[in-house]
Amino acid sequence: MKEMSRLLITLTLIAACAGLLLSLVESATREPIKEQRRLQMLKALSAVLPEFDNSPDTDIVPLQNGVDKKGAPVNVVFYRARKANQLVGTAFKVIAPDGYTGNIEIMVGVDPEQQVNAIEILAHAETPGLGSKIEEHWFKDLFKGKNLDNVDWRVKKDGGEFEQITGATISPRAIVGAVKKGLEFYRDNKAKILAEGGQQ
Amino acid sequence: MSLVKIFSKGIWKENAVFKLLLGMCPLLAVTTSAENGLGMGLASTFVLVCSNTVVAILRKLIPPKVRIPAFIIIIATFVTVVQLCMEAWIYGLYQALGIFIPLIVVNCLILGRAEAFASKRPVIDSAVDGLGMGLGFTLALFILGSVREIFGAGELLGFSLFGTAYQPVLLMILPPGAFISLGLLLALMNRFEAAKS
Repeated sequence: MKEMSRLLITLTLIAACAGLLLSLVESATREPIKEQRRLQMLKALSAVLPEFDNSPDTDIVPLQNGVDKKGAPVNVVFYRARKANQLVGTAFKVIAPDGYTGNIEIMVGVDPEQQVNAIEILAHAETPGLGSKIEEHWFKDLFKGKNLDNVDWRVKKDGGEFEQITGATISPRAIVGAVKKGLEFYRDNKAKILAEGGQQ
Repeated sequence: MSLVKIFSKGIWKENAVFKLLLGMCPLLAVTTSAENGLGMGLASTFVLVCSNTVVAILRKLIPPKVRIPAFIIIIATFVTVVQLCMEAWIYGLYQALGIFIPLIVVNCLILGRAEAFASKRPVIDSAVDGLGMGLGFTLALFILGSVREIFGAGELLGFSLFGTAYQPVLLMILPPGAFISLGLLLALMNRFEAAKS
């Protein structure tokens, strides 16, 4: 019994010290980490939106887009960019669940006429050297100026108009599909997204 | 054993990768470039030095029956410290290493040193052992990362080496490239060792 309590006390003490150290480190790094994530988000937003002078990461409209497998609501956040108080573009994140290896996260920027301004790949785990070419400029530029009506939203192999990547058709197909779905959701909810004020 | 000896055996004579073949999972997974290898190696070194030091300090207090859970708590704590600091101050590297930072916890090299060395030796010796072993591990990750980056991307630390005419050997960046280059490296080392004796 005495030995048992010694084991318990030692482990408890070690775990408590570990917890204390971790809480100290966490409080020291909380602000920098928040700032890093914000910078990352702003960088992605500037990449897909035309020039703006507000902070789109706070001028947002969150909308629910269906539910996930567990029944939890899936929120899409729309970031609105303004210049001299005029709306110049809206950005939103879409997730392509059917990449070659896992999800591909894409930031899409659209102008007020619902044309794609630019897209940016935020995160992916595609094969380096093949699927990872989705990060290259020529591929991302394929989406510039496209809207739901002026192009067939499929890769060429499927009869559409988007150039695929040699040796990696799955990744571009996933992205084209996800961006299209995102644009459709945007079109269907345009009134809500562009409503003045929104949820600031 | 002198401190110099303790330090240098980790770099070469008992090198974690080349001699003990420990820590293969991060070694094979993150060495797609020299920079990733270096970052992973230094993060592991930091954890190894800290965990070895703390384990050596507490070695007489920790009852043998619960030593493994105690070591794991200590290691996991320092890994989390590294992870938080990386995310706060070296975000690029944090993103590149991804899931492999938390997985430092299960790097058998670190638990191995705590069990085989730090739990039996004084504090200074253990810290030096951790530093030597860690730097030896870093060296191995850096070499393997460099080899794969040079052949697989035609670059080293992001600088283009052969110009645009070079057609990269894609295989070297892919997982099989890790096994192939590690195998060839080990064969080379054994060849040298054999020639010496």
